[in-house]
Amino acid sequence: MISEQAKQQIDTWVAKYPAGCQSSAVMEALKIVQAENDGSLTSELIQAVADYLEMPVISVHEVATFYENYNHKPVGKYVIRFCHNISCMLNGADDLISYLETKTGVKTGEVSEDGLVSVKKVECLGACVGAPMFQIGDQYYENLTQQKIDEILDGLRSEVK
Amino acid sequence: MNEVCFKNIDKENPSSLATYEGSGGYSVWRKILHGELSPEAILGELKTSGLRGRGGAGFPTGLKWSFMPRNQDGQKYVVCNSDEGEPGTCKDRDILRFNPHSVIEGMAIAGYVMGATVGYNYIRGEFMEPYYRFEEALKEAYDAGLLGHDIGDSEVNFDLHTHLGAGAYICGEETALLESLEGKKGQPRFKPPFPANVGLYGMPTTINNTESFASVPDILARGGQWFADLGVPNSGGCKLFSVTGHVTKPANFEIPMGTPFSELLEMAGGLREGRTLKAVIPGGSSTPVLPADDAMKMTMDYDSIEQVGSMLGAGSVIVMDDTTCMVAALTRLAHFYYDESCGQCTPCREGTGWMYRVLKRIMDGQGKMEDLDLLMSVQDKIMGNTICALGDAAAMPVESFIRHFRHEFEYYIKHGKSMVLAHPKQI
Repeated sequence: MISEQAKQQIDTWVAKYPAGCQSSAVMEALKIVQAENDGSLTSELIQAVADYLEMPVISVHEVATFYENYNHKPVGKYVIRFCHNISCMLNGADDLISYLETKTGVKTGEVSEDGLVSVKKVECLGACVGAPMFQIGDQYYENLTQQKIDEILDGLRSEVK
Repeated sequence: MNEVCFKNIDKENPSSLATYEGSGGYSVWRKILHGELSPEAILGELKTSGLRGRGGAGFPTGLKWSFMPRNQDGQKYVVCNSDEGEPGTCKDRDILRFNPHSVIEGMAIAGYVMGATVGYNYIRGEFMEPYYRFEEALKEAYDAGLLGHDIGDSEVNFDLHTHLGAGAYICGEETALLESLEGKKGQPRFKPPFPANVGLYGMPTTINNTESFASVPDILARGGQWFADLGVPNSGGCKLFSVTGHVTKPANFEIPMGTPFSELLEMAGGLREGRTLKAVIPGGSSTPVLPADDAMKMTMDYDSIEQVGSMLGAGSVIVMDDTTCMVAALTRLAHFYYDESCGQCTPCREGTGWMYRVLKRIMDGQGKMEDLDLLMSVQDKIMGNTICALGDAAAMPVESFIRHFRHEFEYYIKHGKSMVLAHPKQI
């Protein structure tokens, strides 16, 4: 269920914590297996992480459902996480979210038909001086405009080709 | 400006070890390794400096460190809170990106003072660029022999690790952060016992904000009095302020405590052309909103902001001009706290939902005049009745927005639309 490579990655996190405290690595372990499963978790994966870290499955399930970064339904190859909190809102985030929805044909919370993009409204991502902003993967995109969004979407499409 | 945490921000490779050492970095840590600086001397300087917790609570750092049972046997921990998520706040992100070594040195010094040999820097899960930058710096510090076991035959030990969050505002609360670091849901713990007695894995632990740790090396290198003199009485030093919202040049500014708000507003480019100031949230979304007149009276320090009716918090200044619909702004904030309540305490779990739904009802044109009293009553019942400060943080915006801008809420209820915007967006 968990690949050897993923196990190695999890082990580097486990090594950071005292012996017997491997449950501290659960948040990263879930992210690692989620990434290997195209961005979402399943109950089998949650069970596998519980087995690997020797934790009760309910504890892993609690973590997987408490934190926002885990997905329990399939997501697009690129998840666009658009901040809609106060500083972004004051700088026109809502209009840009509507624009993004129109451009991609994807409503927030949904996945595009080609599986390329999903759009999610999220709370403050801590880049308020660059508002409005969104995150795709590890990357923050700040000071967004309609034109900038067009360029970013074109970039994603050409990456796939 | 830019004298401590941001002092290298305009240099080439600001985050590198070479740049950091070039501006005096690690000189305090090396003194410690050579046995030239006692924990007592460090605590003395910190207390003199007037440094107060930069995460929002403003508790004196020197005093906090002195609570740790330094000579007690057993493992102790130092934890850095880089789970920056208070709406309007984005200063720690820049410290991690542009001055990570100051956090490493600050944490190492803290470890030495408090007898803790292991530290964790809890970075929010979305901050991947800051995380990579911090990890690079950590590797540089290990390679240079500045961290580890028996560092340079000094008999001083300090190991530092990063831990990543996974998206939960509540983990910025220190005991929720500890729960999260242990691999659990981030639900705050009862206090007492305080973390200095029962913290991470049940051992004595001290948690400080990123900016607090990053300020420590310079305070010790240049003296507590030097730092204190940068600011004003009761608000020592300089501090980072994130100025966002309706300003033309939103940015982070490291300025002396006590700087007039009007000057800070100017630094951020002022308002957009033809606009007037309507309101300011001075310390992050959890602090009470101030009408323009009160905001223009304040200077950026703990006492002055308290006098005008709000709090300095994390120094996150959210500027709103006359185009802002206060009903829409508050509804957005209410949604945030509803979304982020951890669900542990009934007043917060249920109350944040009530407040959001009542505000949403007003936004949908279904509001009743009694709703304003209902909102005031719900916020009052949350305030002070929860384990952690998230409840208060959710209550204070509701109370202050309605108190200062009641007429806008009444107009919205009466007419079913905003008195400011033609079509405020659905929340």
